Amino acid sequence: MGDHHHGPAKGLSRWLFTTNHKDIGTMYLWFSFSMFILGGAFAMIIRAELFQPGMQLVEPAFFNQMTTLHGLVMVFGAIMPSFVGLANWMIPMMIGAPDMALPRMNNWSFWILPPAFLILAGTLFMEGGAPNFGWTFYAPLSTTYAPPSVTYFIFSIHVLGLSSIMGSINIIATVMNMRAPGMTYMKMPLFVWTWLITAFLLVAVMPVLAGAVTMMLMDIHFGTSFFSAAGGGDPVLFQHIFWFFGHPEVYIIILPAFGVVSQIIPTFARKPLFGYDSMVYATAAIAFLSFIVWAHHMYTVGMPVAGELFFMYATMLIAVPTGVKVFNWVTTMWRGAMTFETPMLFCMGFLVLFTIGGFTGLMLSIAPADFQYHDSYFVVAHFHYVMVAGAVFSMSAAVYYWLPKWCGRMYNETMGKTHFWISFIGFNITFFPQHFVGLAGMPRRIPDYALQFADFNMMSSIGAFIYGASQILFLYNVIATIVAGKPTSEAKTWEGAEGLEWTVATPAPYHTFETPPQVR
Amino acid sequence: MLLKANRLRELALGPVLMLLGLASAGAAAAGDKVNQVNMAPGATEIGQSIYDLHMLIFWICVIIGALVFGVMFYSIYYHRKSRGVTPSTFHESTKVEIAWTVVPFLILIGMAVPATSTLLEIYDFDDAEMDVLITGYQWKWKYEYLDENGENVSFFSNLRTPQGEIYNTADKGEHYLLEVDEPLVIPVDTKVRFLVTANDVIHSWWVPELAVKKDAIPGFINETWTRASTEGIYRGQCAELCGKDHGFMPVVVNVVSKDEYAGWLETKKAEAAEIRDLMAQTFTLDELMTRGKAVYERNCLACHGANGEGGVGTAIAGSAVAMGDVSGHLEIGINGVPGSAMQAFGGQINDVEMAAVITYQRNAFGNNMGDMVQPIDVYNHKKG
Repeated sequence: MGDHHHGPAKGLSRWLFTTNHKDIGTMYLWFSFSMFILGGAFAMIIRAELFQPGMQLVEPAFFNQMTTLHGLVMVFGAIMPSFVGLANWMIPMMIGAPDMALPRMNNWSFWILPPAFLILAGTLFMEGGAPNFGWTFYAPLSTTYAPPSVTYFIFSIHVLGLSSIMGSINIIATVMNMRAPGMTYMKMPLFVWTWLITAFLLVAVMPVLAGAVTMMLMDIHFGTSFFSAAGGGDPVLFQHIFWFFGHPEVYIIILPAFGVVSQIIPTFARKPLFGYDSMVYATAAIAFLSFIVWAHHMYTVGMPVAGELFFMYATMLIAVPTGVKVFNWVTTMWRGAMTFETPMLFCMGFLVLFTIGGFTGLMLSIAPADFQYHDSYFVVAHFHYVMVAGAVFSMSAAVYYWLPKWCGRMYNETMGKTHFWISFIGFNITFFPQHFVGLAGMPRRIPDYALQFADFNMMSSIGAFIYGASQILFLYNVIATIVAGKPTSEAKTWEGAEGLEWTVATPAPYHTFETPPQVR
Repeated sequence: MLLKANRLRELALGPVLMLLGLASAGAAAAGDKVNQVNMAPGATEIGQSIYDLHMLIFWICVIIGALVFGVMFYSIYYHRKSRGVTPSTFHESTKVEIAWTVVPFLILIGMAVPATSTLLEIYDFDDAEMDVLITGYQWKWKYEYLDENGENVSFFSNLRTPQGEIYNTADKGEHYLLEVDEPLVIPVDTKVRFLVTANDVIHSWWVPELAVKKDAIPGFINETWTRASTEGIYRGQCAELCGKDHGFMPVVVNVVSKDEYAGWLETKKAEAAEIRDLMAQTFTLDELMTRGKAVYERNCLACHGANGEGGVGTAIAGSAVAMGDVSGHLEIGINGVPGSAMQAFGGQINDVEMAAVITYQRNAFGNNMGDMVQPIDVYNHKKG
């Protein structure tokens, strides 16, 4: 095989036709960042409108399109692809494989993403506007009462689902078949473990989502009545199907984030992860529980009391494995020798804020209390604490952590830390007051609000602008590092880092582990 | 604990808000709810139990949080490399793992017990003293008092806030966006059962202080109930995204004494009887035009324009419908245009109003058809 050692092709064809896991990972990461900026821009419009009571900038109809697209773009365009990008880059390097198991499919699963989002964003310019029924697209608002662009939305969801399923199959195949000799399952880095479990969740639930949108398509165009009571269907059925996908989906988003944090904390605590085995089991337990708790999103739809009790108890149980994870991270730090470079700061931010999001999650699991919290800003605050401070913070941590390995240049630590602190402060100014207005009775997804909510909303908007601006700093920091960062060739960027990815040269060569390493 | 929360708010948030210069004068008008930071126990026993449950779990979370973050920050401070510590290497302890699995599990059981009992109380729909059918429409609520003798009283409850306040051309009033033309009226100390449904998309009927939130689902009827122990006006909003004006369909409930309620109900019944009498009358064109103009302005103007010129809806001036066959015109007015923004008004306005507004549309805006629709025509059209 010696003759085939070659670098990347030149020009555009390198990116279009590449089957290299690092190139594909890079494309995923840039794509997801651009979607993050787009979804962020939508959020800025939302917060600008909510800056003061009264309608100032946009019409209610357009406001609904913004909340819908913000959710869809952030979940399907920013967070999910970013972790797939990270998986592409890191999983082969972490398990000592030369590439992903199915490289051509890998190329395909990335390249169908941009057209799908082009279609989704293109709905903004269509007659009747973009989807306006929320990212949860409850029927019949999303069927009988939807704008014509809903058909494009359905097509786009189908394509995203296809991409996710292919990406997951690839990850499962890679982890199962391509581990280096001696890399047993229980020696795999936790990031690989969490992604393996995530991939199974994706393969299980993305077809369910595809089924839901196909039924919508049938209802809209082919005269069926799956979700229309007038024709013998059931609007609540839609919610059951959606959340059977939707609840595992939130763990699809957060489990890889758990994996990242489990890699980074031991590095900067200079101490092995406390309770590796129990972390693996806790991840598996969370994944299992995620399938039997979906109706906690639907406490107010009028389920029988037995149903409410079952979903309440099952949901409360999730606190146990999640608690195990948090306790293990904290114990890993205990009596370590910690330093606080940017990746560690983001992990600390994650740990504090995700735990707060976990607490509000526990509060939300209590069905009778949820009758007051449900569909209020309290829920908005809760899921941004787990999605943004959970997924996005850990993603930022991952980028700072592995960037030197990827490009052979060191980022500017001062700028990194500045990015963290502005993000952390901006995030909390944005979302902490949302707990208050939610408890005081402000519903979510409203373009205008009563006067008693004015101060906290203004505060929230100011925080959002600060948080938004900090992401521009992030972009600048990453580009500055790639273009002009201080070159580094140390294989092990971080003193305390462990794992195969730190045994290859820096920057990571185009092909790594063509000869599998021996793991002991 | 509410006191404590208030004190906490003043201590912690007051200075922050002042620093940001956010203490807005406009908000002060909304009274003691301004900058409310916590759930209100409200005016019902269930609301109190939910509030207690909420606070119990909140404090458990605070204690666990203090422990976890305490250990974490101790560690961040004392176990940092700059203090010259050498890292330990300990890891894996089955005993510890079991402990922090079992202890949280026990705490959860402690939470599940009161949660279950409150939930069972909420699900006890028996012994309701009266029933109100609540129907969500895009974007208003309809209340129907179900009467044993079939003398039902029903009315729509629309947002009362003027467009000028929403679009900032007028000063915002005290109950901006939380005020309606006709509130739901219920008696105090009475178990009122709500049957909740919807006419188009899913809505959700929420009044925080009555501790009621129930989804209104087209084709299904949900049950819930309340028993308010204090008279007063309680305000809430639609909680489930239901389209363009989701933010503009408030709920206002006026809880009054039992006597006052009985009086109010009599008045409403008398009004209903008056309308039934009107239904049997024949009107002149002028009478229909006067009534029709008022109905038009309330129900049609927003979409079809002040001069019938159209907007969200099609133009009425010179339209084929308004200048065509009467029964085609009635059909659209009564049953709407499925799949479009044109709603079925047959169930929303009475036959007198329908007759008047159809007549008005056919004779105003230069349509000048010269024909009339009487209430009996509307009735006959509905009968088919």
